[in-house]
Amino acid sequence: MALTDKYKTLIDAAGTERVSNLQVREQDGVLYIDGTAPSGVAKDSLWAKYEQLDPNFSSGDVVMNINTAGDENATKAKVVTESSNLNIRKGPGTDQPIVGKAAHGEEVSIISRTNDQWWLVRSVDGEEGYAYAQYLQA
Amino acid sequence: MKMQKTFLAGTLMLLLAVQGCKPKDSDIQSAVQSKEITGVIVSVNDGVVTLSGEVADASAKANAETIAGGQKHVKSVVNNIGVAAPVAPDVTDAPVTIASDEPLMASVRDAIKDYPGVTATVSSGVIMLSGSIKKERNMKLMMALNGLHAKRIDNSKLTIN
Repeated sequence: MALTDKYKTLIDAAGTERVSNLQVREQDGVLYIDGTAPSGVAKDSLWAKYEQLDPNFSSGDVVMNINTAGDENATKAKVVTESSNLNIRKGPGTDQPIVGKAAHGEEVSIISRTNDQWWLVRSVDGEEGYAYAQYLQA
Repeated sequence: MKMQKTFLAGTLMLLLAVQGCKPKDSDIQSAVQSKEITGVIVSVNDGVVTLSGEVADASAKANAETIAGGQKHVKSVVNNIGVAAPVAPDVTDAPVTIASDEPLMASVRDAIKDYPGVTATVSSGVIMLSGSIKKERNMKLMMALNGLHAKRIDNSKLTIN
């Protein structure tokens, strides 16, 4: 069964959720799904659908790289760690020294988005540095 | 005579009081409409909300229903909102961008930092995970790893419990 068949409902869901720049490719036994979802809710629902089709994601036959749109112009973001503080670092990497912290639920100012994983931010206490974007909700 | 008047006045006051307690459709309509996003049209009849109009995606349609249903005094919601046509995927043969191992390993290291039980190696674009992770955290980790331009993510050696 081709992967586009196995994951047909996932690809359909991406269409229904109106993912923009939706690209679907199969290469060397892996299905690549790329695009930008209109909201975090839409992205989450696609991941829930993916998990439904491949519990625990154990097949290892999909790489789904869906960004979230709508936050490109945001200048503020909320820290959405589970409960802990978010480290603010000197450079974009976890090997970089910590220069400050933002508490769970606190707001930070977004100075620039270095890449999808690291954003340059400033905390309410004025500490400036790089924070892991997965824990920031614009 | 006096007793009749008092009785009438009392009944009238009771009726007015009851009338004031009943939620007006127009109040429900303005309350729900103000909470809905652009494109959603709200009408209310006898406490039953009917949603119409058009939104961009299925999530927005479902969200509109949740908002309406959550409003006080709403008996039920009829959802006739239209969803703009789905996007057709661009099924292409364009080669996939795979990050080279060194930057990929660095970004994988960052991604697993918050998951102390998880270890990872990278070889020829393939991320190999091992160690252990709690089931409820697995999706968040996978979401982070899927954004790193790996060739494949193998978690067959990862214990999920």
